[in-house]
Amino acid sequence: ISCYLSRSANTQFSVRRSARDITNMSQQAANGLPCRGKVLNLDNMNPNVRRVEYAVRGAIVQRALQIDKELKEGVKKPFTEVIKANIGDAHAMGQKPITFLRQVLALCAYPDLLDDNKFPDDSKQRARRILEACGGHSIGAYSSSQGIECIRQDVARYIEKRDDGISSDPDNIYLATGASDAIVTMLKLLVCGKGRDRTGVMISIPQYPLYSAALADLAAVQINYYLDEDKCWSLDIAELKRAVTAARQHCNPRVICIINPGNPTGQVQSRQCIEDVIRFAKEEHLFLMADEVYQDNVYAEGCKFHSFKRVLFEMGPEYSTTVEMASFHSTSKCYMGECGFRGGYMEVINMDPEVKAQLTKLVSVRLCPPVPGQALLDLVVNPPQPDEPSYDKFMKERTAVLAALAEKAGLTEQIFNTVPGITCNPVQGAMYTFPRITLPQKAIDKAKAEGQVPDMFYCMKLLEEEGICLVPGSGFGQREGTFHFRMTILPPTEKLKFVLQKISDFHIRFTQEFS
Amino acid sequence: MSATRMQWLSPRNLRLLNPGRNESLRRGGSGCRSLTLPLSPGRALSGPSATRRGLPKEKMTENRAPPRAKVLTIDTMNPTVRKVEYAVRGPIVQRALELERELSEGMKKPFVEVIKANIGDAHAMGQQPITFFRQVLALCSYPELLNDSTFPEDAKSRARRILQSCGGNSMGSYSASQGIDAVRQDVARYIERRDGGVPCDPDNVYLTTGASDGIVTMLKLLVCGEGATRTGVMISIPQYPLYSAALAELAAVQVNYYLNEEKCWSMDLGELQRSLEEARRHCNPRALCVINPGNPTGQVQSRQCIEDVIRFAAKERLFLMADEVYQDNVYADGCQFHSFKKVLFDMGPEYSDAVELASFHSTSKCYMGECGFRGGYMEIINMDEEVKAQLTKLVSVRLCPPVPGQALMDLVVNPPQPGEPSHDKFIKERTATLSALAEKAELTEQVLNTVPGISCNPVQGAMYSFPRITIPEKAVKEATDKGQQPDMFYCMKLLEETGICLVPGSGFGQREGTHHFRMTILPPKDKLTILLNKVKEFHQRFTQQYS
Repeated sequence: ISCYLSRSANTQFSVRRSARDITNMSQQAANGLPCRGKVLNLDNMNPNVRRVEYAVRGAIVQRALQIDKELKEGVKKPFTEVIKANIGDAHAMGQKPITFLRQVLALCAYPDLLDDNKFPDDSKQRARRILEACGGHSIGAYSSSQGIECIRQDVARYIEKRDDGISSDPDNIYLATGASDAIVTMLKLLVCGKGRDRTGVMISIPQYPLYSAALADLAAVQINYYLDEDKCWSLDIAELKRAVTAARQHCNPRVICIINPGNPTGQVQSRQCIEDVIRFAKEEHLFLMADEVYQDNVYAEGCKFHSFKRVLFEMGPEYSTTVEMASFHSTSKCYMGECGFRGGYMEVINMDPEVKAQLTKLVSVRLCPPVPGQALLDLVVNPPQPDEPSYDKFMKERTAVLAALAEKAGLTEQIFNTVPGITCNPVQGAMYTFPRITLPQKAIDKAKAEGQVPDMFYCMKLLEEEGICLVPGSGFGQREGTFHFRMTILPPTEKLKFVLQKISDFHIRFTQEFS
Repeated sequence: MSATRMQWLSPRNLRLLNPGRNESLRRGGSGCRSLTLPLSPGRALSGPSATRRGLPKEKMTENRAPPRAKVLTIDTMNPTVRKVEYAVRGPIVQRALELERELSEGMKKPFVEVIKANIGDAHAMGQQPITFFRQVLALCSYPELLNDSTFPEDAKSRARRILQSCGGNSMGSYSASQGIDAVRQDVARYIERRDGGVPCDPDNVYLTTGASDGIVTMLKLLVCGEGATRTGVMISIPQYPLYSAALAELAAVQVNYYLNEEKCWSMDLGELQRSLEEARRHCNPRALCVINPGNPTGQVQSRQCIEDVIRFAAKERLFLMADEVYQDNVYADGCQFHSFKKVLFDMGPEYSDAVELASFHSTSKCYMGECGFRGGYMEIINMDEEVKAQLTKLVSVRLCPPVPGQALMDLVVNPPQPGEPSHDKFIKERTATLSALAEKAELTEQVLNTVPGISCNPVQGAMYSFPRITIPEKAVKEATDKGQQPDMFYCMKLLEETGICLVPGSGFGQREGTHHFRMTILPPKDKLTILLNKVKEFHQRFTQQYS
């Protein structure tokens, strides 16, 4: 009720305000230059924007950047560098780019190098093929809005190979400016209705906050379904049913979003679970959005990545011809970690042709995804083959990255689980651990007194004392009364060990301090 | 409406009409309930959907899934998306792509290639990249090349500087959401130089995914209110259709002000006032967008005109959005680019402390024409600090603009200096491109103005000509009968007969009863000459055919 009251007070306020503006308008027409507040201020800004939150780059990261600056200016701190374990940014953590990918990109950027004998033939041949598909043979030309055609063909072939021959139509592939771009575009298409008819979108809790941010921006209704922390963050169909049934009281649920492997939770879904989700989507008449950007990041024994598309088609035509689905992939994760290039794609399945035409029109307004990112995606889906000169090196680099990640995933779980008050599910896949932390009541009270959520209080203190930047669990959502943080497993092994040790020490200290 | 009807009458929906499948009907409700139903017997069927919410859980699951409509159909799609139009890549371009495919499959046409003069895509038209830029980008992509003696030292030092400001010294890292610090500093220094020393704070510079991204983000911030208080945004007519598309998507009110074709597409204060006052009756105009140099109209605004616009914005309390992506594309004698920011600051603190302004720039135009990299920036001036924090938060959701585009932006604002090894070559390439453009601007105006029924303002700047075409009454009628805009009819016919792809004026907006097309002046001179002559012949043929 208090929330309702404050909202209606706000509305009154803004109504009064605009009435005042109107009075001012006529006054000012007579008086010349007016002297008053900004045209654009917090009260008359798009109210949806205000509701957007994106914890991965939120307050704690702002503070981390500040501390970085202070360190550079010579301010003394109990640490010498800030370690940003808040974001899955592999290269920033020291991971080296894959040589072949960068060779081809250099050749595309400066084709004079095609005459240089230092580059292997397969990289030259890839570069030539990409350049031939570009207007004027330059990556400086706009591409078609859906993405360069030959790259979409390569993506389709890659998907077919991944899914053991299930066909993929290049016309269903849309290249994008990172997966985020495609996810937001799909959500945008899906949102309509007012009041109780407003589109509801089911997202996991914990979630990747792109989803909540996009839904706030689109003024769609966020429907939370909770992952089961006790069962390694698995998805529970009964929970999905509960969430959708409850939501139907106040909105129109039309979409379910799944992140597999999970971000921030690192679980890898079983084939059975995916089948259940697909059945659920069909029964409840939901559009399925499968965020599969970590598809090559599976580490745990006995776990395997199953694409939603493949499972859908294996369930037979009753499902494969009806369930509408979009699957997302990116160049930012997996073994390449090329976040800065903003490459990605989505595949749409069973989309209404009229809607598809609208989608194509919509993406045309932004002209095209960045072409270097498109080129990079082409290399990811069409890497060196066994008989090509770059193959051995490519495989060596790729395997090294993935093996190191697997090792770090194991290490992280192991070390955290030795700390009293930290419990950590295995990092089966993706790039993060999302351990649960026990916070003493005194710390919770102190945080509340300072107007902070307790895990933000914890993470801020960790940042100030140890220079380690994590993201509080509250930024992703968590069950009421539980606390977590998200940490990437990307730092090099030695550094990661150091980070894990520091956090462990901090946690023990923190617990003592507030006991 | 016809699409709706077809949707409704499709077999999968008809199955819903079977009264024996009551359960399926109920469950189908969730797919159909939001359909905008025609006034037909189907209307009664919207009933069951109302009961859907109250259905007990068991009933929802006990049956096998019935066939029914898609979750996402044109009628249940976001209605603002449907209203979006973007002519520059619209149906005529779709058809051009089809024709290209047909040609490549060996189909016979009255032409051998499709010339896409619809879009300002310099490299696609054969313009060569600036060597220095591409050298640095290659070095940034594959830093092993830093040991290669064939690259000039200044290219290497630029690459090193960019890489050092990237996380892990790699372009593959995310940057700060606002853009790489060092690049924003270089942008600020560039703006200061451009504006004769008017200071620029790097904190006010946001790097973007092309200028389009910056423009849409700014518009998004500005839109609020409902009904008569809904934000109105003033845009020129003719306009660049990114604006109308973004406003449709944001469900903002588009407020048109007309440029004066008789006075070389200049902006007229009286027209701004008229448009604003009319708009105030039904919305809350809060922003004024100006494109200078003009797209599609090619005019370059005088300093006086910019002052007038600023005064108008101040008086009427409008947020100014200055689209200045063609700032280096000024060709006509006596014309000069004046940035809105410079003029604003020349007008003294009464204005420079008050008027809120965002200015947009891009790597896609000017002499470099690097569209594919999607580089750009916006500078914001006098923005409320709280709103700025919200802007920073908003752009963080998309993580960061593409880093190669940021690197390229850095090179554009910080090109080789006199004394550096690449300077002479850089200047030579830059000058060659700009002087060729100037020549083509003139050629275009000249040739088109020799054609009876085509009249063309001088292309003072930017990259397009937007000539007015006289379309015979008979042709207008035939087009109308076909449900087409007359200039779309004209351009489609031109495309089918000559392979030349232009954009009809209706895609940009024009005064009622007038017709135009937009054409880039980017093709190489020889090709442009052929193209202009083909357009000329076509226009004469077309005029005869319909006289």
